[in-house]
Amino acid sequence: MKKPCLSVRKIHKDYEKNPLLDGISFDLHEDETFCLLGPSGSGKSTLLRVIAGLEKADAGSILWRGKDISGIPVEKRNFGLMFQDYALFPHMTVAENIAFGPRMRGWSKAAIQKRVEQTLQIVRMEKFSDRRVLELSGGEKQRVALARTIAPEPELIMLDEPLGALDKTLRDELGQVLHEILNELHIPTIYVTHDQEEAFTVANTIAVLNFGNILQMGTPEEIYNTPASLWIASFLGFSNQLSGSIKQVDPLLIASDVGDFSLPESEHISMKKGGDVTLVIKPDMMQVASKKDGSNLIQGKVKDSQFRGDGYRLSISTKNDGTLHFRDTMRREIGQPITLEISPAMLLVYPGNHA
Amino acid sequence: MRNTRRKLFYFLGAIPIVYLLVFYTLPLGIIFEKAFEGFQTLLQTSGLLQKLGRPLAFTLYQAGLSVILTVLVGFPIAYLFSHFQFKGKKLFQAAVTLPFILPTVVVAAALNSLIGPGGWLNLALMQVFDLTSPPIQIMNSLEIILLAHIFYNTSIFVRVVGAAWAQLETEQEQAARTLGAGAWQRFWFITLPLLKQSILSAVLMVFLFDFTSFGVILMLGGPSFSTLEVEIYLQTTQMLNLPLAGLLSVIQMGITFFISWFILRDSHTGMVTFLPDIKNERMQKAANGKQITLLVLLLAFIFLFFVLPELSLFFRSFTLVEADGTFRFTLDFYKELFHNVHGSLFYISPFTALKNSLTYALITTLIAGLLGIIAAYGLLNTQKSKLLRALVLLPLGTSSVTLGLGFLLAFPRLSFFQKYPQILIPIAHTLVALPVVINTLYPAFASIPANLRAAAGNLGASPLKVLQKIDLPLIRNSLLVGALYAFILSLGEFGATSFLTRPEYPTMPTAIYRYLSLPGSLNYGQAMAMSCILLTLCTFSMLLIERFMLKDKRS
Repeated sequence: MKKPCLSVRKIHKDYEKNPLLDGISFDLHEDETFCLLGPSGSGKSTLLRVIAGLEKADAGSILWRGKDISGIPVEKRNFGLMFQDYALFPHMTVAENIAFGPRMRGWSKAAIQKRVEQTLQIVRMEKFSDRRVLELSGGEKQRVALARTIAPEPELIMLDEPLGALDKTLRDELGQVLHEILNELHIPTIYVTHDQEEAFTVANTIAVLNFGNILQMGTPEEIYNTPASLWIASFLGFSNQLSGSIKQVDPLLIASDVGDFSLPESEHISMKKGGDVTLVIKPDMMQVASKKDGSNLIQGKVKDSQFRGDGYRLSISTKNDGTLHFRDTMRREIGQPITLEISPAMLLVYPGNHA
Repeated sequence: MRNTRRKLFYFLGAIPIVYLLVFYTLPLGIIFEKAFEGFQTLLQTSGLLQKLGRPLAFTLYQAGLSVILTVLVGFPIAYLFSHFQFKGKKLFQAAVTLPFILPTVVVAAALNSLIGPGGWLNLALMQVFDLTSPPIQIMNSLEIILLAHIFYNTSIFVRVVGAAWAQLETEQEQAARTLGAGAWQRFWFITLPLLKQSILSAVLMVFLFDFTSFGVILMLGGPSFSTLEVEIYLQTTQMLNLPLAGLLSVIQMGITFFISWFILRDSHTGMVTFLPDIKNERMQKAANGKQITLLVLLLAFIFLFFVLPELSLFFRSFTLVEADGTFRFTLDFYKELFHNVHGSLFYISPFTALKNSLTYALITTLIAGLLGIIAAYGLLNTQKSKLLRALVLLPLGTSSVTLGLGFLLAFPRLSFFQKYPQILIPIAHTLVALPVVINTLYPAFASIPANLRAAAGNLGASPLKVLQKIDLPLIRNSLLVGALYAFILSLGEFGATSFLTRPEYPTMPTAIYRYLSLPGSLNYGQAMAMSCILLTLCTFSMLLIERFMLKDKRS
């Protein structure tokens, strides 16, 4: 494997005696977009600020290409940081904002001019050069902030909730643009967000962060397909949760109020017969059952059927009065009885009874 | 029924306008008239240009110098208060603020008690080095004028610039850091440009106050320093050259209106906040040696410069200095204030002065409070409020000496005022206080959501009822702040009062001025004692103002 460019080693940081970062370590490689995904208060912004040098860690080290950079002040690190609310300089025009970094680094006038034009082009804002930043819309500000961050050709880019201040439509649109730009730039990037869809869109590697720790690290597919814990599954929005117990260990068979479920693989849990578990059913595409009885069947009534543009969202009420949600291909009549067949790939099992 | 109430409402709204027309526009108009009446004769007087040019040049010169020094002193203090949290910060902030509301006579007395010929510093030096005459001769010099102006106006700069500085987003500075800007680059390219607006308005305000300074120049500068203000006073009261005084006033007005116009134009609301609060949740504690040294040095400076004069005044009012340089504790000066013994022709009854001042201050508070409520509420409900606001605030840019001269020219010949001449004093004080009261009340009124009034109106309340039941209860604290400002402004007013007062109706400031200019340790001591009473009243008022402002912020 290639050598990492950034190594974060056992970073600790307390805030008012509570650990905000509790021994975080990870590596970032060239060309990688690394996403820190976590709820608010999980310490992800603090971690960015520590890497940028705006805050000091209580313990641990940060290596850049093998060298400890804790003694290097922020302004000498050449890491670009895009702030959540952009922190654009209100007394400067768009071009002046973008030129600021190159100017501080003592570039020639001609080089600065060229770089400003270049970055404006990258963010598709060529016509806004002389506008005052206060006159810009949220989406325009976001793109200027990105341009300003990349203008001085930083060796590392850090984006703190770059789409967080935008409304939904703009978020989808600019998320796409941002993804394309990051792909073009080939600069290692750390991306902080609380939105899993954003993380899935943008990242090569995702680290799920909470309570100051990295709970799971992997590709977007790995994270989505096999969340390492029930907390992560819940955080990803998997709300179909049933409590059950292990009826049989090999092959795994789990009994719940709704019915029995069999799973092909059970390597990641080692549990005994009779043990309590929580069963998570991913809200993927539903399938109407082709058999009448056996395992992996859910009987219920259609509670709601909503059109969602790219498909439908089906809610069914089960016999124990729970509600489960799935994707669907058509509108169904409310109150209609329905039996679903759940493919084992949609099932996740976690020890303990939490549902 | 509805209609008559509405008429009453408009009638009330007209009262402040009529007041301003009669007691502000009319006197100023008469000054103009006098100035132009005598213009022809004046033109023939030899050296007119010099008579106008010299005070004007000196006024601009000392004001310019004072502003530069005030900025130099104010900048580090503004930085300190807007960035650091430390024990006793509130006290130090209060110490810098207090001078701003102190009457000029008190400042003169305080500085006199510290560095005057008979002041503590000279007494100590004479004692230690066995000298026969005071070594520090700073009275009647440009230096002491500048010192007094810095003492006075640093507070404005610190509060205005400090408040803006604390509001600056630290993220913008941090963004600049990540983009490679070092400390000086951040200050030069980010902080300074973002503070530019508030620095400019603070500088203009300080300049305005230094430009119209009267008591300080008269009492500390002595006869050799004549600003426009002092010249107007001298030409009126001693040379009896009213046309020249009028012409000087016209020049003075032109310049102050020009500056005021700039200040009003630049402030977003059209309102000048006198003492904005410095608040920042991200204040830090001094962490490294450099910061601690800076902190300690600045606090020591604040103590020496802003606290010591008041302390010196306080102790001096209880100290009797004998001819041989020894001194002892005494309460005589205070006892003497309440002894009504008549002696010389120059005798001023201290008790009468105290009584007069309090009476004038109470009347002023009442009139300025009522007019202020009506005017601020009226401004809120008029379409052309921006222009009206500027008009209502005009007296702010008018020097009190000009006001005093205008009153002197306009009113005493009317039989009513001949009969009750002392009534003119609270009327003049009201003009001084009214803009400040409106400045305090208008933002409070404006902060009440219009929906509340609409809802009350919808439920059947008339405009007057809305004012009574909705607005006034909500702005109670601001009203108290405005009233306190009016009260202390009247207590300390010296410029206009010195034109209007008669020996038999002294106020505390005019009495202190007289005591200070008379020889003898009893007079000196009484000046100290009376100044100390004023100082105490002002300090308490300021503490109350801060408290009410804080309450308003919380609610």
